[in-house]
Amino acid sequence: MFHRESGYYKTTYAKDMALYPMPVARWTVAAIVLLLCIAPFALHEYYVSIINLILVATVGALGLNILVGYTGQISIGHAAFMSVGAYTAANLAVKLGWPFWATLPAGGLMAAAIGAIVGIPSLRIKGLYLAIATLAGQLIIEWTINHVPAISGGAQASIEVPRPTLFGAELKTQAQLYWFLLFFAALAVVGTLNLVRSRIGRAFIAIRDQDIAAEIIGINIFRYKLLAFAISSFYAGVTGVLYTYYLGIANYEQFQIVTSIDYLAMIIIGGLGSVLGSILGAIFVTLLPIAIRLGMENWGGALFSAADINNIIPNLRLIGFGGLIILFLVLEPEGLNRLWRNIRSYFRVWPFSY
Amino acid sequence: MFDWGFTLVLLTNGLLIGLMYSLIALGFVLVYKATDAINFAQGEFVMLAGFIIAGLLFLAGAPFWVSAIVAVLGMVAFGFGLERIVLRPLIGRPIIAVIMATIGLATVLRGAAPLFFGAETRALTLPISDEPIVLGTITLPPVQLVGALLSLAFLGAFTWFFLKSRMGVAMRAVADNQQVAMAMGIHVERYFAIAWGLAGIVSALGGLAWGALLGVDVHLALIGLKVFPVVILGGLDSILGAIVGGLIVGVVENLAAGYLDPLVGGGTKDFAPYVLMIVMLMIRPYGIFGKARIERV
Repeated sequence: MFHRESGYYKTTYAKDMALYPMPVARWTVAAIVLLLCIAPFALHEYYVSIINLILVATVGALGLNILVGYTGQISIGHAAFMSVGAYTAANLAVKLGWPFWATLPAGGLMAAAIGAIVGIPSLRIKGLYLAIATLAGQLIIEWTINHVPAISGGAQASIEVPRPTLFGAELKTQAQLYWFLLFFAALAVVGTLNLVRSRIGRAFIAIRDQDIAAEIIGINIFRYKLLAFAISSFYAGVTGVLYTYYLGIANYEQFQIVTSIDYLAMIIIGGLGSVLGSILGAIFVTLLPIAIRLGMENWGGALFSAADINNIIPNLRLIGFGGLIILFLVLEPEGLNRLWRNIRSYFRVWPFSY
Repeated sequence: MFDWGFTLVLLTNGLLIGLMYSLIALGFVLVYKATDAINFAQGEFVMLAGFIIAGLLFLAGAPFWVSAIVAVLGMVAFGFGLERIVLRPLIGRPIIAVIMATIGLATVLRGAAPLFFGAETRALTLPISDEPIVLGTITLPPVQLVGALLSLAFLGAFTWFFLKSRMGVAMRAVADNQQVAMAMGIHVERYFAIAWGLAGIVSALGGLAWGALLGVDVHLALIGLKVFPVVILGGLDSILGAIVGGLIVGVVENLAAGYLDPLVGGGTKDFAPYVLMIVMLMIRPYGIFGKARIERV
């Protein structure tokens, strides 16, 4: 807390919209970047693998937040867009031998196209109806992938993909994958930060807050709603591709409706309409099952027999997710992001809080 | 050569299953009609009721009728409690909040029910004979017949309730305009609770019928996904719509399974209702009998 504000000195629009509102923010970002650079060297491979999962989830959560948090359109079918990206990339990589820097945007674009199609009903319907339409989208895409061998690669609907290569070297270890994933996660974060303060992002927010008013001030709702679906699905597709490369296999079981709900949980727990919230939510939701497993393995023996514990963990995970979604919705609708802001603004004026 | 006998069998099965879908959709429609809240946990309600009945039958050894009545009462209490704790704080918040809260609830129930009642599938046998009733070329399985009859009985009961009873009229008033209802001296929040309680009753009977048909385990909740095509086709706020939508979905499903499955290699049963629903959403989102109050943007 070396920096203390004494007033509101922003006198130009450029300053108000700046990425770093205060000098201290610049330093915080620098510190985080430094920590992220040290992480793969300082941590055990297991912890790096957890961070990798968080990085993948961050991209997906950001994408979903653009749609749900910023544009106010609900989607319960996001995992399906991820599977579209995953299978597009896997097929291109295996059948045509494309490298990752070509399959990644291809998977994203394919997902964006499908997402825009699923988003078309959003022009006529909203709220509940849109939720049901996207749910149907999820089920139909899932079914199609499962029943068309040309997409799903036949047996068990899974395709093994080669590891991504960079300058001729295969990325195999967790630490190598970490750099690969970190690059795209950082790109997604910066991309989203810039998107939401641009003309497009402001149009999204206007549509969320009052769609009729937005139309009256000259925002083309048709275009921007579809754009929101496309951008959001692009992120989802990229998430699917990244996850596929991370696992080394494209499998529809990773992208079922449960995953859609996981991602919705991320942005609700993290905070709707906030980039930081997406990241916090991704961290929280990825760590929750790991924490539950750890807790049960260490202390669960006091309550349950050893054989039961393994059966109980998935149930506890479901209860934890659902319970937290409800808890945050009822008590803190703006999520972890809000909690963080409360803490921060408390300390900002700390000894003189009056 | 078109096989009429085969089609007839598919049709009757479809109609019976369809009526059983209607029973579950009824719970969804009741809540939506009265409170404007969307219950994505309807399937889990049914699952919970099934678990209660099966749990009492097997774990406590209670007689069938006792467990059925306890399940109904338990589900009513659950509906009341849920409304009070989760949904009342969400009144006035964006629709997305209610949707997500019920999705969260569904997740909790799916995790919690097997913890208390065990994860294995339990057969739920109704105290009726297993002998199918044969009418010419058609055989009617008794379980589905009971489910269909239950559904019809409740259709009648709820139609009377909403048209004639004082409580039903008050509930319609609440559904129509909460502020005006409040001004007329109707205790709006009480009727919200009653709506959830009624949904509990319907779910308990749904749990009974579907549990008897499929057996009770976590997968029982998956029929909740079938509710959406039913209510979208029929109209979200129409009881008649729930019945008609259920019949359409049941018939379409069975015809798809009978005629399309051999062509594409299976699985169209779960797929066809959704395609139908998407088409409906595109041309007439408020359904066949629903009130047209979709905002055009």
